[in-house]
Amino acid sequence: MSGAVPRFWREIPARYNLIGSKCERCGKVFFPPRNLCPDCRRKGNVRPYKLKGRGRILSLTQVHVPAPGFEKQVPYYLALIEMEEGPRILAQLTDVGQEPVDIGDEVEIVFRRISESGEIINYGFKARPVKFSSQKSGS
Amino acid sequence: MRAGIVGYGVYIPIYRIKIAEIAKVWGGRTGGLGLEEKSVAGPDEDTATMAVEATRNALARAQVDPKDIGAVYVGTESPPYAVKPAATIVAEAIGATPETTAADWEFACKAGTAAVQACMGLVLSGVIKYGVAVGADNAQCRPGDALEYTAAAGAASYIIGKEEEALAIIEGTYSYTTDTPDFWRREGKPYPAHGGRFTGRPAYFKHIISAAEGLMRKFDLSVDDFDYAVFHQPNAKFPLEAAKELGLPKEKVLPGLVVGKIGNTYSASSMMGLAAVLDKAEAGQRILMVSYGSGAGSDAFSLLVTERIKEKRNLAPTVEHYLNRRVLIDYGTYSKLKYLVAE
Amino acid sequence: MRKVAVIGVGMTKFGELWHASFRDLMIEAGVRALEDAGIGGDDIQAAYVGNMSAGRFIQQEHVGALIADYSGLAPIPCTRVEAACASGGLALRQAWMDVASGLHDIVIAAGIEKMTDVLAGAAIETLATAADQEWEAFVGATFPSLYALMARRHMYEFGTTEEQMAAVAVKNHNFANMNPYAQYHIQVTVEKVLKSPPVAKPLKLLDCSPISDGAACVVLAPAEQSRKYTDTPVLIEGSGHATDTLGLHGRKSLVGLEATVRASREAYKMAGIEPSDVHVAEVHDCFTIAEIMAIEDLGFCKKGEGGKFTEEGQTNLGGKVVVNPSGGLKGKGHPVGATGVAQVVEIVHQLREEAGKRQMEGAEIGLTHNVGGTGATVVVHIFRRMT
Repeated sequence: MSGAVPRFWREIPARYNLIGSKCERCGKVFFPPRNLCPDCRRKGNVRPYKLKGRGRILSLTQVHVPAPGFEKQVPYYLALIEMEEGPRILAQLTDVGQEPVDIGDEVEIVFRRISESGEIINYGFKARPVKFSSQKSGS
Repeated sequence: MRAGIVGYGVYIPIYRIKIAEIAKVWGGRTGGLGLEEKSVAGPDEDTATMAVEATRNALARAQVDPKDIGAVYVGTESPPYAVKPAATIVAEAIGATPETTAADWEFACKAGTAAVQACMGLVLSGVIKYGVAVGADNAQCRPGDALEYTAAAGAASYIIGKEEEALAIIEGTYSYTTDTPDFWRREGKPYPAHGGRFTGRPAYFKHIISAAEGLMRKFDLSVDDFDYAVFHQPNAKFPLEAAKELGLPKEKVLPGLVVGKIGNTYSASSMMGLAAVLDKAEAGQRILMVSYGSGAGSDAFSLLVTERIKEKRNLAPTVEHYLNRRVLIDYGTYSKLKYLVAE
Repeated sequence: MRKVAVIGVGMTKFGELWHASFRDLMIEAGVRALEDAGIGGDDIQAAYVGNMSAGRFIQQEHVGALIADYSGLAPIPCTRVEAACASGGLALRQAWMDVASGLHDIVIAAGIEKMTDVLAGAAIETLATAADQEWEAFVGATFPSLYALMARRHMYEFGTTEEQMAAVAVKNHNFANMNPYAQYHIQVTVEKVLKSPPVAKPLKLLDCSPISDGAACVVLAPAEQSRKYTDTPVLIEGSGHATDTLGLHGRKSLVGLEATVRASREAYKMAGIEPSDVHVAEVHDCFTIAEIMAIEDLGFCKKGEGGKFTEEGQTNLGGKVVVNPSGGLKGKGHPVGATGVAQVVEIVHQLREEAGKRQMEGAEIGLTHNVGGTGATVVVHIFRRMT
């Protein structure tokens, strides 16, 4: 993955700030962002749309044989998360701690290092189980 | 016309290692420093990621439009890149780009407070509306060195604006700076070096006490005017000793002393202590805050808490919240996270 | 569109074939297929070759031309077809369309993958290019982890158990032991599967198909000409091909492949049959859970009952439909581009009653099911013994 600087730089708004898309014609929200609404296509009007960063786990797995570059984090969790606004995202879980995480658990999106392309650090989103750290006030 | 803190936020990683665990491996003594545990950054964390979460928390308290932020400064001695600032990553991640200035600052553990002073200047002169000053570090230390018992990870972020929006007014600041080589790291070297006992009297104490006394002289204040005192916290003993010398009772220092539970978060240290106090202080109370950076210098501040603190402080997690959020790891896991690199 | 028949089949052994290069494998499979069809190279008019990633595995693109050249078939048109792990099945469909349309008469459909010239890490990374690079691979997803997410959800919604998934591995390895071309000849029990090291929970090592080298080749001819070449032509009665979102996160369902449902219904309709008419099927068991979902999506059993159906032996000899008698991807091996065509080789043997101990008695209608990625491409074909 070395040298792919522009490819990952281009996606910073989505990876840092969860900027997806919304089709103004049918109201559907997409993440990752799309150029075309799959239902409305050219009749649609797709605009940037920022997700709030809260969702629920639909499924998860603990990975023991890592993708290249993720060896230091083994075993790590991947989860399919249904965001509040509707779209689903795939993200690594972080700060999981000792208690088990399960389908249905609430997560919040946080900003973490994802990988490196050559010497460039790729930052992006991971999901943190809310039961281990709530973004609500002083609990 | 004065500047003030419009929002504040902190971040501490979830992982902790017991100081006794480190001592077990290296055969050192632990009693002298007053620390139980220190925080350890996770494999997906660094100065930039910690600074982002702390600043997002500060924004949640400040309730300002990120587009109105005119400066984003990150003070750190452990940036992810030697060249390419953490500040642009933070600025992008909080939505302050593109109309903002940004830079990383270096002055050992007081880089963050130097950035606070710069933001004060920009705000008071009308150049910007709000400025972000972050102190954040994922501190490096040679395995087995004395510093290993204290070097930790964390971030504290302050949004500076005008006093009419502040939850704490910065009544004044005073800095005391000399060329004192107590602790340093040469370009390209992975670990810092230090002067052993030289880091005490001629370094930490000389600058902290001179800055505190200078501040009080300049603004005609005495120790009795302060309800709280927060000092840079390389361990739990130095701040209490400095307080004693200044004539401050230790009850005023303890609320802002977090080092025992999380270690020395370097550029975040005094700023995290200040946040712990802001989490508790009442309107009308006055806080003395003195940072210290090796090399060497101290920035002293007098802060006056306003009515706004009550509604603002619960809009983001407190220091206590992050202190309670902990997962203990052993030295092997700590080594993997801190020293061993998987190629 | 005229009817098309398979007149010859051939394949290499699947496995870690250190001695064989990409070129060696293609020749071996091709020669066997031509001998089986009783034709010469001069009879072949076009070729379609499924191959996922020669570019990354052996640094060679333009493999359509390479194969035509090395087979001595140039200057015929030779097209490389790519749809990740469905490359082979899709190559067959292209070849079928070519003959059915009348453009050519004798056409080859082949598949080939040489995966062991790179280290395992590089092979895993290459396989992950079948998934969504920007939004799945980028965040650390591996192929097993994506199927593990479906497995976990399937267990959550239907109570499917790890033992039921293990039963798929046991059945397929049993079949592989009877298949001389299979990569593995080992004894696998449910206990061995459950005790094997975790890859991405709940999937363990023995829930996963391997990295393999291999090639397979079939020869197609117009049905009306097929008896010139063979006494046992096998008709292609139906073909279906459907796509779905590349990433799992875009799917409507996490417990099945909509593309399998669509592609199979298209094929059943064309063939004029129901799922219950299928006697023998080669389905895409890249992971044990994939076979469980496949038999549901293909309509052999109800959604959610795939685990039970397998556990009861309904997919074994003597059951309602024999699934993966070749050993499947699991036991036979999975040289990605070759798999879809190797499935055809097995079905043709079954419909010709040549499958020896693996033979489903009285097999007349067979089905192949080939999946790309986590279900973004599915190709289904239906075969009937020509009477």
